[in-house]
Amino acid sequence: MPEKENIQKIIESLSPIERSIIPHLNSPIPEIIEKSGLDSTSVLRALQFLSNKGLIIFSKTTKSVIDLGTNGVYYKKNHLPERRLILLLEEKNHLPIQEAKKLSKLSDNEFKVSLGVLKSKALISLDNGKISLQAKKEELTKNTIEEALLELLPIEESKIKDEQLLALQNLQKRKDIIEINKKTIVSFSTTDLGKQIASTPLQTDLIESVTPKLIKSWNSQKSKRFRSYDLSSTGPKIYGGKKHFVNQGIEYGKRIWLDLGFKEMQGSLVQTSFWNFDALFTAQDHPVRDLQDTFYIKDIKGQLPKDKNLVKAVKQAHESGVKDSKGWQYSWDPEEASSVVLRTHTTCLSAQTLSSLDIKKDLPAKFFSIGKVLRNETVDWSHGFEFLQTEGIVVSESVSFRDLLGYLQEFYKKMGFEKIRFAPAYFPYTEPSVEVSVYHPEKKVWLELGGAGIFRPELTIPLLGKAIPVLAWGQGFDRILMDYYKIKDFREFYQNNLKSLREKRAFIK
Amino acid sequence: MANVKFPRKEFESSLGSKITKEMESLIPLFGTPLESLSDSEIELEIFPNRPDLLSMQGFLRAFKAFIGKSPGLKGYKINPPEKKYKVTISPSVKPVRPFTACAIVKNLKFNDESIKEIVDLQEKLHSTVGRNRKKLAIGIYPLEKIKLPIKYLALPPSKIHFIPLESERELSGQQILQKHPAGREYAHLLEDKDKYPVFVDANNKILSMPPIINSHDTGKITESTDSVFIECSGWDQQVLQKTLNIIVTTLSDLGGKVYSMNLHYGSKKLVTPDLSTEKIKISLPDINKLLGLDLKESDLSKLLPKMGYDYKNSIVQIPAWRTDILHPVDITEDIAIAYGYDNLVPSIPNVATVASESQQSKIESKIREILIGLELIEISSYHLIKASESRLYKLKSVIALEDSKTEYKILRPNLLIPALRILAENKDNEYPQNIFELGTIFSHDEKTETGLSESTNLLIASSPSNFTDLKKILDYFASSLSIKLEIKESEHQSLIPGRTASVLLNNKPIGYIGEVHPHTLNQWNVKMPLSVLEISLEEIFNLLE
Repeated sequence: MPEKENIQKIIESLSPIERSIIPHLNSPIPEIIEKSGLDSTSVLRALQFLSNKGLIIFSKTTKSVIDLGTNGVYYKKNHLPERRLILLLEEKNHLPIQEAKKLSKLSDNEFKVSLGVLKSKALISLDNGKISLQAKKEELTKNTIEEALLELLPIEESKIKDEQLLALQNLQKRKDIIEINKKTIVSFSTTDLGKQIASTPLQTDLIESVTPKLIKSWNSQKSKRFRSYDLSSTGPKIYGGKKHFVNQGIEYGKRIWLDLGFKEMQGSLVQTSFWNFDALFTAQDHPVRDLQDTFYIKDIKGQLPKDKNLVKAVKQAHESGVKDSKGWQYSWDPEEASSVVLRTHTTCLSAQTLSSLDIKKDLPAKFFSIGKVLRNETVDWSHGFEFLQTEGIVVSESVSFRDLLGYLQEFYKKMGFEKIRFAPAYFPYTEPSVEVSVYHPEKKVWLELGGAGIFRPELTIPLLGKAIPVLAWGQGFDRILMDYYKIKDFREFYQNNLKSLREKRAFIK
Repeated sequence: MANVKFPRKEFESSLGSKITKEMESLIPLFGTPLESLSDSEIELEIFPNRPDLLSMQGFLRAFKAFIGKSPGLKGYKINPPEKKYKVTISPSVKPVRPFTACAIVKNLKFNDESIKEIVDLQEKLHSTVGRNRKKLAIGIYPLEKIKLPIKYLALPPSKIHFIPLESERELSGQQILQKHPAGREYAHLLEDKDKYPVFVDANNKILSMPPIINSHDTGKITESTDSVFIECSGWDQQVLQKTLNIIVTTLSDLGGKVYSMNLHYGSKKLVTPDLSTEKIKISLPDINKLLGLDLKESDLSKLLPKMGYDYKNSIVQIPAWRTDILHPVDITEDIAIAYGYDNLVPSIPNVATVASESQQSKIESKIREILIGLELIEISSYHLIKASESRLYKLKSVIALEDSKTEYKILRPNLLIPALRILAENKDNEYPQNIFELGTIFSHDEKTETGLSESTNLLIASSPSNFTDLKKILDYFASSLSIKLEIKESEHQSLIPGRTASVLLNNKPIGYIGEVHPHTLNQWNVKMPLSVLEISLEEIFNLLE
């Protein structure tokens, strides 16, 4: 870019404040502040912008400045203690030490120091417990070197003259009279470019902002130019309102099931064991029902469903089996089934949905849910007591195990996982059962995401009245979210650190 | 769930081949995830439905069939009981631990390794099918220390005296439960009984007190042991016999010669172990329909032997050590495993249904949109609160958990408690902090099945802010949903009197709005002025439906 055009472009980018200080660039900063009539913050900011544009170069120097300490300020106003003693002695000439102290109203320390100072200057003498004035009148009216120095402060240390040095040392020995501060002093020098611009007449009719008035009169001002902005400067940050990132993920998952034609199921987090376990053909002595794994509610006994036939059928399925099944061969306890738990899986919602279906009218049917489940676990980077599960069922006479694999494959494809793997698994309520893993192309590992299967007849006969195939899955959802948001620590899901929530990216797949 | 570890060298020599890469990927497809593999050891996960795979012999028997090395039902010879191979079960055990299944195995050659294997198998069976010895416990005794026949009976604890394993002196039944480590661990299984079960030999010597401990004199297998007496005791005759079958077939695979025993339950007689197969009828069309395959009869004859079954004319012979076959679907799954889960092609099903999101979900989603439009940030907290928080809030009736491994032990009765915790945790983050949460809260309700009811609440908290700031948000919220919310001065334990109001929908209170009292803010360690509103959305859901 030719020099001239460059200069012109810079001139057009100067803000009004920058323009107003350019004429004063040969003055030091305090003078610029005075001459421009601007406050110091605006001047410094404008100088920063000019420095960004290469008009000036900042330099910082650190200087030691000698200034008054706390006592120094007081003494400058009300005389040094030795002066006050002198003034007293001027009246009396001789005084007993104790009386002099009392009359002078000096502190012990001040009095002692004053005596020392005046003695060393030979202005007084001490004799038989008495102070006698020794100085002549003109000596008394003259300022001491210490007083002279106090008058000069503040002063840069480097500007102290040899004759003032002694006074400085004397005062430094005394408490809080003198303070030496290090000050950073900002100054700048104007570059050649700056000098050139300062000597160029600045165009003054650049448009600063678009106003209603300007718009209206635009036709008559067409030839005017706009001041250019410094577009590369960083501005302040802004954060919008935001859905919690977990809920953003849930909404995405929901969208997939809805696109696949599923209906949403909802239900309680608190369930009786009947719905959480018994209706799902989980034997009453199954270890998953232990206090160590499941949250039981204290002091509350629930009720079995009002539908007596359902309860009877579930009991029979457990005890001796329904149609072609041997059952678990034990005596089923209704008390145990009426204990109240926090749901350990969303599969209880599937059980409730099945029991509400009319198989003559409602089939085929597909349902999903994405919801919280709770288990009695400790909390650390890889564990927590709350999780998310995505649940689904497909109820139809015509579906098969391969269709189950097809639905799961479709869901994970839409979640961004192209490769999926199936392995045998065991759950009390499905047969055949399958464990689903997806391949993580970046990490090059298989992620185990959860179980699926076809509900056993011991479950579907009591709930539906007939052994109709029900494809079912309850997949972990947290790992997908952890992977998407690159969360290493499970606890972050519930931490609610507002800084991190504000900065979380949106869930887009 | 149980993990088992087998020594790799023995595993490979019994298998008759090395563990190749191909086999590594085949093992999980058999339904036994490969947990780890080192030069010295192979570790597998065994699902709870297959206790017969818990021993290396059991696993290899099944896996060799699966890879085609020895397909079909494996036969074992059981020798008939010799004279005195008898166990008499006294009626006194009925209320205590009513059943047993027993066997004798001879001709064993134990070494350190095989003793460890048997003890491991015993422990794995205890913790899985045995439900930590509650349902089933196993005792194995060197036969040379015992005089047959055996009696199984229950005695008052004071009449029981013997030196238990890992003890130096004789202890009584009570003393064992109080002092012996195994006794203390399993005391809860006998404590409330008047009598404790014991096995006693023909010399009236106590062999063991199941399910707690064996006698020191008769209950320890060593390298010199060549014959053993085995008993399983518990609450389910079927399960005991299946478990006994798992043990004796394992010992038989180790070279043992198995003898059955006569059990006398009063006049009722039983011979155990019994390895006769169970039969189950399957239907090829049902199998094809469920799996979505087109298998032929001849395929079944190939696939079922791979899973250790014999098959002919729709009848499957089930090995006597399988505990998990309740229904033909269980056979169907094994056919799928034999076919190979990796060979099952996922199909795109043609089930036409109409999708719908629940109305509540839709409204919740809309509410979120309205609130983020006001630049509020959504938080999401635990459904549980800490016991200390419930005390701080002076909750009168809490819904507590029976047991929790963390300090979170109570179901949240509102969203304010978690919000105060979260604001305190964020006290050093940038202000203003305008947050909201949509979530479930819990209360007692005798009318429901669970005795509890759940409600979806909305909480909005704004800091720093005052009543007017929050009232503007409430008004905007109501007008966006086109509902009419009114407010009426009221009181709330956490809020400033005169700056607190109830929120009413159709004259019914649904929540509160107000400025939080500095006393509350101090208690909860919140440093900035705070206004909150919390309303139940249930009525609003009803109104908008």
